[in-house]
Amino acid sequence: MAVELTYQVKGGDFSHAGDASSQVKKVLKQLDIDPKKIKSIVIALYEAEVNVVAHALEGVIRVTVDEEKITMLLTDRGAGIPDIELAMREGYSTASKEVREMGFGAGMGLPNIKRNTDLLEITSEPGQGTTVKMVNFF
Amino acid sequence: MKVSDLVKEFQLTVFSGESGLDREVEGGYVSDLLSDVMGFSRENQVWITLQTHQNVVAIASLKDLAAVILVKGFRPEERMLEHSNNEGIPVLGTSLSTFEIAGKLYRLLCPEEILPPAV
Repeated sequence: MAVELTYQVKGGDFSHAGDASSQVKKVLKQLDIDPKKIKSIVIALYEAEVNVVAHALEGVIRVTVDEEKITMLLTDRGAGIPDIELAMREGYSTASKEVREMGFGAGMGLPNIKRNTDLLEITSEPGQGTTVKMVNFF
Repeated sequence: MKVSDLVKEFQLTVFSGESGLDREVEGGYVSDLLSDVMGFSRENQVWITLQTHQNVVAIASLKDLAAVILVKGFRPEERMLEHSNNEGIPVLGTSLSTFEIAGKLYRLLCPEEILPPAV
């Protein structure tokens, strides 16, 4: 059993932020995955999805679900992250004023991802884009 | 306790998401920071906020929250209404401040935690 899902994400399009996460949640429910695991996966994926919307021009989310785990790979084209260690720090954010006014950009996204994934790998090329790989075991 | 019971008790305005009024309420969460709610709210809680855009409903739905209460007479944006109806998550309103409505909700849901008034 392996399920593969792909979603396109458009930078700046907050009206669809969370759509991919919502679809993945439904699929995981159908696959009868432990609800506790689904909760963590949804938090991590939503935060990663919003990061693409808030910071990148466009991105792709590739999700693979097999017997033992879910792998979520987000690849975006955009500003990238010059200092990943700094970006991981609770409270640190480079979000715009508009994004902050919506209640995003509090510097809690990446820490939320870290707390809710079993494996997290972030690689970034400033000026090019960012790749985030998240794995959760069932 | 159901969402509809809160509506009656606190005379809340029901803006949208009526199909979710029979959702069970098991607590509340107060925050205007979306990642805070995403990370730390729990299923069946009522979310008290002044944010009025559709991402609030997206998060409420992802987190299986019972309802959203907008404070101080704030009204939901059009797309928040649509999203709320689609997802069946009630968006409610009060003229009270966050402090006041959170206090009332806490007293209703956690009466055993409140000390009796000093005589």
